[in-house]
Amino acid sequence: MTKKPFEGVKIVQLCWAGVGVYTLNYLSHYGATTIRVETATRPDPVRLFAPFAPTNKESEPLGLERSAFFSITHTAPEYGISLNFKQPEAIEIFKKLVAWADVVGEGFPTGVMDKLGLDYEGLKKVNPQIIMFRTCGYGHTGPMADQPGFGSILTAVTMMDTMVGYPDRPPVPPSTYYTDQLSPMYATMSIMAALDYRRRTGKGQYIDHAQIEAGLNYMTPLILDYQANGRELALNGNKCDYAAPHGVYKCKGDDRWVAIAVMTDEEWQSFIKAIGSPGWAREEKYATAAGRLQNSDELDRRVEAWTINYPLEQVQEILQSAGVGAGLVANAKDLDEDPQLNHYNFYRELDHPYMGRLRYYHPDPIKLSAAEPDIKRPVLLGEHTDYVCTDILGISRDEVDKLRQKGVFD
Amino acid sequence: MLSCYRILDLTDERAFIAGRALSDFGAEVIKIEKPGGDPSRFRGPFYEDDPDPEKNLWWFAFNSNKKGITLDIESAEGKTIFKKLVRTADVVVESYAPGYMASIGLGYKDLSKINPGIILTSISGFGQEGPYQDYKDPDIVVRALGGLIYTAGYDDRPPLTVSYHHTHTIGAMNGAVGTMIALSHRVHTGEGQHVEGITQQALDIICSAEIEGPYALFGEIPTRHGRARAEVTLKDSSTFYNPLLWECKDGYVALNLLLNPASARNNLSMMEFIKRDGIDIGSFEKWDWDKKSWENMSREQAEELMEILGKFFLNHTKDELLKLATENRFQLGPCNNAGDALKYPQLVARGFWKEIEHPELGTSLKYPGGAVMTTQGYVGIKHRAPLIGEHNDEIYQELGMSAGELKNLKEQKVI
Repeated sequence: MTKKPFEGVKIVQLCWAGVGVYTLNYLSHYGATTIRVETATRPDPVRLFAPFAPTNKESEPLGLERSAFFSITHTAPEYGISLNFKQPEAIEIFKKLVAWADVVGEGFPTGVMDKLGLDYEGLKKVNPQIIMFRTCGYGHTGPMADQPGFGSILTAVTMMDTMVGYPDRPPVPPSTYYTDQLSPMYATMSIMAALDYRRRTGKGQYIDHAQIEAGLNYMTPLILDYQANGRELALNGNKCDYAAPHGVYKCKGDDRWVAIAVMTDEEWQSFIKAIGSPGWAREEKYATAAGRLQNSDELDRRVEAWTINYPLEQVQEILQSAGVGAGLVANAKDLDEDPQLNHYNFYRELDHPYMGRLRYYHPDPIKLSAAEPDIKRPVLLGEHTDYVCTDILGISRDEVDKLRQKGVFD
Repeated sequence: MLSCYRILDLTDERAFIAGRALSDFGAEVIKIEKPGGDPSRFRGPFYEDDPDPEKNLWWFAFNSNKKGITLDIESAEGKTIFKKLVRTADVVVESYAPGYMASIGLGYKDLSKINPGIILTSISGFGQEGPYQDYKDPDIVVRALGGLIYTAGYDDRPPLTVSYHHTHTIGAMNGAVGTMIALSHRVHTGEGQHVEGITQQALDIICSAEIEGPYALFGEIPTRHGRARAEVTLKDSSTFYNPLLWECKDGYVALNLLLNPASARNNLSMMEFIKRDGIDIGSFEKWDWDKKSWENMSREQAEELMEILGKFFLNHTKDELLKLATENRFQLGPCNNAGDALKYPQLVARGFWKEIEHPELGTSLKYPGGAVMTTQGYVGIKHRAPLIGEHNDEIYQELGMSAGELKNLKEQKVI
């Protein structure tokens, strides 16, 4: 059998919450062996994020295994070990993991690992070739290094909370934690590049990933426009500076909408034909992009007078068949049923011992012709503590029992 | 770190960022554009609003670090030259309509015959196959089908897309990650492969936890509630939408209001600041912050709290609130615009902004620095984007082409 892309790569995963998880998922989906470290006394906070899966076992406490938020983001095969860092023996076991690993990933605010002697200098003493990946909101130096970083705040700091809105109203957020899903691509590339570099040179490294800095790399054109032209981004609803019609239009049904974008004059001609060549569409003022932009409000009303007669799927189909960009504004149900996403097997259905069978587990938005991602339900807290201690680290079973009695795994 | 790899970049403006990211980590990226200049160079924004293809800011942003050559890959001679380049390369990145590369004889099968190690990365809105494979995929359309529009906006108006059309950069960055995965795979197999980065799927990941979880578990379909996106449950079991954004004196701030015992100290201390402004905190004088959560709050109280916070934020500027947040570890941050970001103290302290020379403009511009800092060399922007055909001589001479040949090809508009 051919090897997987990251077969043989060993990762210790202390990346809790969002960014670090998305970052390491890419590696774990494609063959890395990953051991997740947490404890019941200090679990990954996302295990406490609503919504929670219901249970039919009466009076069963909520526990740490029923967060849909946790399970939908943790889709990679991992081993789980419980380690309570308040116990010195837990630190010793962690160091054994560091000696075993190629990569240690962690996502605490600056200071947490350092206080435990587990900063890069500390890890290097145990394993000189280690790649230490650290991610936090603001980076590991500077006056805000030790501030906790929540995605909803970082989205604002990275200019992403001021890019959705109408000119006459306050902006709205693009999603809840936008940077959480935009900054991991740079993060995972940094680890993959570091592994590649180490393979060729034998050298490990320390990687400082500041989520705001990765996020701002998507915003470069706006930064340049401000310096070159003194211009800040203007909110323009669903309009486009150079194309019309361009917007979101009401369709038949309750709160059903379709997005339409006519990007060129050629597409405008196709659009007219597709909607049955109404008389108004032949008016001279609509013939060029400049004219359509000038009359875009009026044009939007006319487009909507057409879309309102059809279900959204039909508008999408009519216009796309004519070579015009159109897509239904998908809600949760539409996404689940989307024929394109399902063609790519993007919704994987998996069993979970506490949550039952659910079909919302996703691979990465990547397809490789010669490698399949390994998609798994999230590891339970400490699910493989014994296995990791005995089989991977070579600790005797007696010793494991003693450590357990001391509370090292609590 | 990746200086041993050569990447040929055939992308359009939606996916420039993929090659740019690979170049940030040191790869040699050669941007190939049409003779006369890439079409994207002719659409703004431009430096000083001067519509000159050499002053395009989107081009500057996402093609920095790359070398630039011109080549018409549709012409017979152009194809021959491109194939020669493929022999010297590790990766080809493209974002044409699905099937286009194969239709001109440059699909993955064609390229791998020339160079079995080559990785072809194709970036698209919906994917290279499937029922939407021939769909037009402008920014707003992909964003709609990716699930990010329906929940954005106000309930009395149409849902909203972004005013900054960057949606495809998210699929493109996944294409860059896929390229790295394929490079790693090649170490084991000795062979390249065809990689896809797909924007619709990348968007679906962004909204999965917020939108798909409630649907999978309860059949709920989340809708839009303006600035209030965080859903909490109140005492009467009803849902309350907790605002993420707040208006302040000179713009907006984001607040992550955690109302649980673990956040009691923060919340109490914020109440003290509010009182110092002379704002009456009403029933919250007697609220047990260290015992109570949203689940203990009536709707009336939730609305009272919103009013108190609203008044407080309107009293202060973004800068004041940032200072307050940093000193007290409040989960509060300014909604920066470009001007704010350039002077944001943490970024300035870390030396994040990089001054890049543009000798042709007689000036320099500040660019975002690298997405990571490492102990094995600098990652990020190094130099400005290439001019049209700037590296033609260097790259074509390396292929062994003579000055005469180059002149000929120029006359035939191949380069």
